[in-house]
Amino acid sequence: MTGRRRISRAQRMPILAGIVSIVVLITMLQLWLLTATMNAHLGADDGVAAPAAALSLICFALVLGLLRYTYRLER
Amino acid sequence: MTRRDPEEMTIAPDGRPLAEQPKWRRDFPIDVPQDQYVGRREFVKFLALTSFAFAAGQVWILAKSLFGVRPAFPEVEVARLSALPVGGFLQFDYPAPGEPKLLVRLGQDRFVAFDARCTHLSCPVIPQVAQGRFHCPCHQGNFDLATGRPLSGPPRRPLPQVRLEVRDGRVFATGVSERTS
Repeated sequence: MTGRRRISRAQRMPILAGIVSIVVLITMLQLWLLTATMNAHLGADDGVAAPAAALSLICFALVLGLLRYTYRLER
Repeated sequence: MTRRDPEEMTIAPDGRPLAEQPKWRRDFPIDVPQDQYVGRREFVKFLALTSFAFAAGQVWILAKSLFGVRPAFPEVEVARLSALPVGGFLQFDYPAPGEPKLLVRLGQDRFVAFDARCTHLSCPVIPQVAQGRFHCPCHQGNFDLATGRPLSGPPRRPLPQVRLEVRDGRVFATGVSERTS
């Protein structure tokens, strides 16, 4: 049985750049979501609060997963 | 002992490979490519913290909408029908003193009332019944007289609307509806 092949730094750099791009996009989506939900909340419209919170938590979980992956890349 | 990584250009003072170095030394590498890698990784970590803050904000809004207490509005007599001609308007404070509202009589049995402060920067709006609008002189904002929705200028949010009841020849204010569209 062969062990897991270690990824070289030259290979890790573009992977990390891709991860950074995805995380930036997810965080911007969360910012937009927060702004829209706050706007609706101030207008006494709380119908979107629950789905927006669920989506934001999913986004956070995705970002955490990607962060964990960046540390795993170095092993 | 761990074998030295061929990509490691820097040799630590104690001669051991990077994997065996304390965390602070691994987080502050000397060679440029590793420093760039660590910098980007730390940026992802910072974004994860930002993402956590946004998610926490969403949960806070959700908790506030579920458990927050909405203000109860009193029923207050605003005007007598005989005192307000069609096309006329009057200002009153509702629900508390210092919260100006505008009541406009659009027709024989048609009344509307809105917050008297512009939703842009809270300047007092002026009813212009002939033009069918509320006008904000500060930044030339205009709102529809019948709906309170923004027509032109910087305001994006409609004027909060006062809920009205007409009975026994009198107009009563019964609540305020905040709106986003």
